[in-house]
Amino acid sequence: MWRDWIPFWRPGLSPQSGDVDLLFAGLLIASALVLGLLFFLLILFCVRYRAGNEIDRGHRTSKSWHWEVSWTAASFVCFLGLFVWGASVYFEMYKTPTDELVVFVVAKQWMWKTQHAGGQSEIDALHLPVKRPVRLVMASQDVIHSFFIPALRLKHDVVPGRYQDIEIEIDRPGHYHLFCAEYCGTEHSGMIGEIVAMDPADYSHWLTQQAPASPLADEGGALFRQLGCSGCHGNGSQVRAPPLEGLYGKPVPLSDGSTVIADDKYIRDSILLPRSQIVASYQPLMPSFEGKVTEDQLLRLVVYIKSLAGRPS
Amino acid sequence: MPEPPVFASQYVSIPHRDHSAELGMWVFIATEILLFGGLILAYFVYRHAFPQAFAEGSQHTDILIGTINTAVLLTSSFLVAWAVEIFSAATAKIVTWLLVGAACLGLAFIALKGIEYRKEYHEHLIPGIDFQLARPLANGVQLFFVFYLIATAIHAVHMLIGICLLLTLAIISRRAPTTRHHTALHSAALYWHFVDVVWIFLFALIYLPGRAAS
Amino acid sequence: MSEKNYLTTDYTLRSWLLTTDHKRIAILYFASLIFFFFIGGAAATAIRIELATPQADLVSSDIYNRLFTMHGIIMVWFFLIPSIPNTLGNFMVPLMIGARDLAFPRLNLMSWYIFMLGGCTALFAILAGGIDTGWTFYTPFSSLYSNSYVIVAAAGVFIAGFSSILTGLNFIVTIHRLRAPGLTWYRLPLFLWSLYATSVILVLATPVLAITLLLMATERFFGVGIFDPRIGGDPLLFQHLFWFYSHPAVYIMILPGMGVINELISCFSRKPVFGYKFVAWASLAIAGVGFLVWGHHMFVSGQSLIASLVFSFTSFIVAVPSAIKVFNWTATLHKGSLRFDAPMLYALAFIGLFTIGGLTGLFLACLAFDVHATDTYFVVAHFHYIMVGGMVTAYFGGLHYWWPKITGRLYSEYWARTAAILIFFGFNLTFFPQFILGAEGMPRRYHVYPPEFQVWNVLSSGGAVILAVAYLMPLVYLGYSAFFGARAPANPWNAPGLEWQTSSPPPEENFATQPVVTREPYQYNEAFEAEPQNA
Repeated sequence: MWRDWIPFWRPGLSPQSGDVDLLFAGLLIASALVLGLLFFLLILFCVRYRAGNEIDRGHRTSKSWHWEVSWTAASFVCFLGLFVWGASVYFEMYKTPTDELVVFVVAKQWMWKTQHAGGQSEIDALHLPVKRPVRLVMASQDVIHSFFIPALRLKHDVVPGRYQDIEIEIDRPGHYHLFCAEYCGTEHSGMIGEIVAMDPADYSHWLTQQAPASPLADEGGALFRQLGCSGCHGNGSQVRAPPLEGLYGKPVPLSDGSTVIADDKYIRDSILLPRSQIVASYQPLMPSFEGKVTEDQLLRLVVYIKSLAGRPS
Repeated sequence: MPEPPVFASQYVSIPHRDHSAELGMWVFIATEILLFGGLILAYFVYRHAFPQAFAEGSQHTDILIGTINTAVLLTSSFLVAWAVEIFSAATAKIVTWLLVGAACLGLAFIALKGIEYRKEYHEHLIPGIDFQLARPLANGVQLFFVFYLIATAIHAVHMLIGICLLLTLAIISRRAPTTRHHTALHSAALYWHFVDVVWIFLFALIYLPGRAAS
Repeated sequence: MSEKNYLTTDYTLRSWLLTTDHKRIAILYFASLIFFFFIGGAAATAIRIELATPQADLVSSDIYNRLFTMHGIIMVWFFLIPSIPNTLGNFMVPLMIGARDLAFPRLNLMSWYIFMLGGCTALFAILAGGIDTGWTFYTPFSSLYSNSYVIVAAAGVFIAGFSSILTGLNFIVTIHRLRAPGLTWYRLPLFLWSLYATSVILVLATPVLAITLLLMATERFFGVGIFDPRIGGDPLLFQHLFWFYSHPAVYIMILPGMGVINELISCFSRKPVFGYKFVAWASLAIAGVGFLVWGHHMFVSGQSLIASLVFSFTSFIVAVPSAIKVFNWTATLHKGSLRFDAPMLYALAFIGLFTIGGLTGLFLACLAFDVHATDTYFVVAHFHYIMVGGMVTAYFGGLHYWWPKITGRLYSEYWARTAAILIFFGFNLTFFPQFILGAEGMPRRYHVYPPEFQVWNVLSSGGAVILAVAYLMPLVYLGYSAFFGARAPANPWNAPGLEWQTSSPPPEENFATQPVVTREPYQYNEAFEAEPQNA
């Protein structure tokens, strides 16, 4: 039991969390040395130079450039080292995710809704295979939340109005805490969930066990027709709109001469704020869907458009 | 100029007191710069994000009233500067009228601003109360108008404070003016010029985007 | 005591409420701040009692959220920010520079009234039903989702901000213009350097908070605004603007504390502060660099990685001048003649606690570790070590040091030392376990929490009870001494500062004759010790 009380005694469970633990240990040791030295000097001086003590107090100095420059330089060099160490691990944690396995996370007051590409959705839980990088695409329906898995030493805010994505990888099967770390209202402390890491075989089994759901892309396709998107973007439509087949991941030339990569964010922005980025040689005709689609629906549309990537335009 | 024999005991002389007052006003202006600075930072963030919408929003403002207001405010600043320059016991009357004139120009500015707000209200351009604009740029234009209204409203509050200051000084300087009043006028004038400079920035940010090409 | 002092010139209520005497205004601030400190402290005690068990047993989630928001708002804006500047600073600045008053005495009184107006507005928001946004007012929760008195509370903070600005303005002009003849910048006590640096931040950062809260409140009032994500607004812009004020505000809270420590360390070591110029410029360096570090509150918010890199770097840089100060204080003790009166106990506690707070600040400036630790109890523990372990300890130290000057009475040294030691232990017991909780991953602002965190929470709550009792003790023995304590001599600590050259309590005009300064500060050399002091 007592081991549970020692921070980080249970080592981190992702490839980067070991580095974070090492950094933490480094910081602790550095601090312990500084504190040890400081307390030693404080106690030494307090005892030796207490008022009643007859001791040599001659040759007092009231300033010394040598000492000032030395301890300033020493602090600076130490800090610089810690800065570089911390930053290099940080960049490793927040590196651009690969696109292997995508799970969507929608945060709302006060629950986590997670959705697998196959359409399986969970509330306040997330089942994942171990030893496989998973990309989480996160969006918030209302206020700012923060996706925090202490066991992975990883956290990212989920800010409304944009997508955030991070890559996570879990080394060992088990059940881990998922917390909302950004205060989000009344039931903030109830916005907790469970990460269930499973062996790949168990994970596949689990996926099939879930209530039959249509894959997200199919639901997105249905929405695409329902919302009237296909009226313009579909084949053989009267209106001239950019074709979406083969779009995802490709560079798109814009009317202002610049080029963007058609990623999740671009597709999302194009649905919500169509005229902020007009494709070259097209008219700005598309209406905004701001307020007409929920984050859940948006995700499905994005997944659908993504699924068109393989098809010829 | 006649001077009351006493001044607050923490000062050693009248110039000592007066310079301290002036320094105080400069520090206050530093505060004010940061107040408007935060607002203008927000403006640039969104203008960078929605350049077309901000150009579009600017088209909906009334540049004629804006330009007249700029002229009104500059003239009023000129009158105040003139009053500071000629301030003495002999010119008390002229100083009073110059300050009243400056305050009236300030009121004219507020009145014109009111007309402009009314016009925008009728054009359904007031976010949160009545905002109707055809998409697609509606969102960005709305952000533009939020900035426009908050910035001009805060500026108008500063104007009203300034007008009160100028009128108070106008009344005081009718009676025998002293160096103390001169310092007060000098500080009030610094404030009034500052409000004027803020307006020049706001004018450029609000009325000019998107107009250069047309 | 036949002579009139500032306390005995007039006894009417009117003479207090309309006073322009900086000493009386300082007393008005004292009274108001004690009131706010105990309100904020009561909220903290309630929070700690609630957290003694993992379940919700004392209050509901809504009440809990209102409690920690109230604790934050009251403590930050109505206690910590005005604490040392407006009480000890207001009282001591003119005395320490040999002036009769601050540059603008009426402005000083006005700033107290503005402060009280702001305070009453915030109290009204609390009594009317409270506010549940956290002291950080993050949008869009505060502007569009919260069902509480956000606008009223924000208005209270907004109004109090003007009080801060006016105080800062007054100090800047006073220190520039009203120094006694011969009192050059490098002869100023270091307390004044740190108050000067504080004032610069007050004047330049507070207006940004004002405009940010105004934008947030208009967004809430009209249901649409500049941070509203539904029309393309950016909630992170709110955070940038908010922290542009609120990080420098941390230095507003700690710099005056550091200033007090210089006076205490030097007086009770009977030595000048080591490396005077370095310590003086370190204050200004903290004030300057402090404006460039705000983004370290947003490492996991989704701001660009490059921005995080820059802010992490500047955060390490701003720690250098703090480190310089700690080293110089320690060096001041060397070959001193140390006496351990209550103010010195507070000063030593400050050095230890501030260093722990500062070092854990480095943990949080370290990007990769901050990803784990931000928004957990690690952050809570860190800033309480700085704010409570640092600032409040320094405040109590300064209060005891200058108490004989302010009231003309001596307090019980025995009780003062007991309280100091009790505060030190109670504090560490309360907040050290929170570092461990944070490292374990317990998020902050959690009303209920998983049971595995309970052990450390119980320790912390136990410490909080000790701390609460320890904070009540000075109220009793200092209150007793103010009326029944022995009369204090003019210079009970035998210190060379100008404030000790006048009687205790000082006369209304501070000094009978204009003092002239002919030497550096902190001249505790043999010649000074041999001189008879006007006791």
